[in-house]
Amino acid sequence: MNVVVLDAKRDVAQARTRAWAAASAVPDPEVPCVTVADLGILRDVTVAKTDNGWSATAFVTPTYSGCPAVLAIELAVEAALLTAGFEASIERVMSPAWTTDWITDEGREKLRTYGIAPPVDGSSKMALFADPVVRCPRCASENTTKLSEFGSTACKAQYQCRACAEPFDYFKCI
Amino acid sequence: MGDAAVTPSFDWSHLFSAVLALADDHLILGHRVSQWCGHAPMLEEDLSMPNMALDMIGQARNLYAYAGTLEGAGRDEDALAYLRLDRDYTNLLLVERPNGDFAHTMLRQFYFAAFMEPFWGWMAQNSVDDTLRAIAAKAQKEASYHLRHSSEWVIRLGDGTDESAWRMRAAVEALHIYTDEMFAMNTGYQTCLANGVMPDLETVRATWQASVDSVFGQAFLTVPEVEFPQRGGRDGLHTEDFGHLLADLQYMQRAYPGLQW
Repeated sequence: MNVVVLDAKRDVAQARTRAWAAASAVPDPEVPCVTVADLGILRDVTVAKTDNGWSATAFVTPTYSGCPAVLAIELAVEAALLTAGFEASIERVMSPAWTTDWITDEGREKLRTYGIAPPVDGSSKMALFADPVVRCPRCASENTTKLSEFGSTACKAQYQCRACAEPFDYFKCI
Repeated sequence: MGDAAVTPSFDWSHLFSAVLALADDHLILGHRVSQWCGHAPMLEEDLSMPNMALDMIGQARNLYAYAGTLEGAGRDEDALAYLRLDRDYTNLLLVERPNGDFAHTMLRQFYFAAFMEPFWGWMAQNSVDDTLRAIAAKAQKEASYHLRHSSEWVIRLGDGTDESAWRMRAAVEALHIYTDEMFAMNTGYQTCLANGVMPDLETVRATWQASVDSVFGQAFLTVPEVEFPQRGGRDGLHTEDFGHLLADLQYMQRAYPGLQW
């Protein structure tokens, strides 16, 4: 392989790293303690050389079909790529469907610190009336109770800790 | 043309009609449920109903967008959702029924979610259409949550106070006659079924019936014998309430064509 090809490959890798760094730093508009990469909403970023520099395409997947934050997220990612000097475009990816399994370990820890209990276990289908054991993000007690199936956003339910009385959001497992 | 691996002679207009009917079901029920926003009997339900409405309107949006592609006539999701006449909507009569009291709304949700959960489940696993499989994989998770939530309420109200129990019995009396239409398969739908795109609604009926029997058993409700099942929505023949709903739903796009938020 000649030097020109190697240089080109290195340029692509570097541009891709820059684009990923810009896009992945975008915070989720409704849960700003985590980034779109932490949540697994940002699936990939690809780059290509253009006449004027570089273009970048970010692949974004919605959490829920009707998540009202999808558009805000796409605009924020696009803006981040533009600011980093790319011609930006966004592709919405439907398949495979987003699952809470894609929230990174770092993302889970950030959620807990923020006061939101991260999803419990895998996304395997729950029995019709079975509830998971949700740990209180404040005192770590497992003695918690569900207040409401639905919470402040489509992705959360409301729980309360019986040990320390803290009411908290639980990131639903899907 | 869509994303389904079907025989070359397949008439795509059948799939367009089937997807459009499904989209209409979700838009109309989503709109009905959204009418509870700010009026629910308790704060938790004031959160839950707009959340469920959002899920359904999101599902409708995905389906309308795909229907627009299948039709290939340049109509986008907004044109399909807001700019058709009442007779062009083919949603089930069940989903356009007025909200009534909380028991009516929860029972209607239960009937529909118990139908959609196995419907999406089959589609996510088995449909030969790539786009529908992707839409269904997401929607199934949402429908199973709606099924769980509405089942709990049907049981709690049916097995609750005298008042909650008679209200739930009245809801069954009023709404059960509309459930049979969910399983109707016209010739266009049957073509989609034969090509492996859409599920067999008789199989879905068996799962639906099992859910109804189980939940009604726990709720001390009797599954009524329906002598004259009510149908018409799938053929564009709607109840009077539908016109009022549509006037509300379409007002902005009719008054200000092409408006953007």
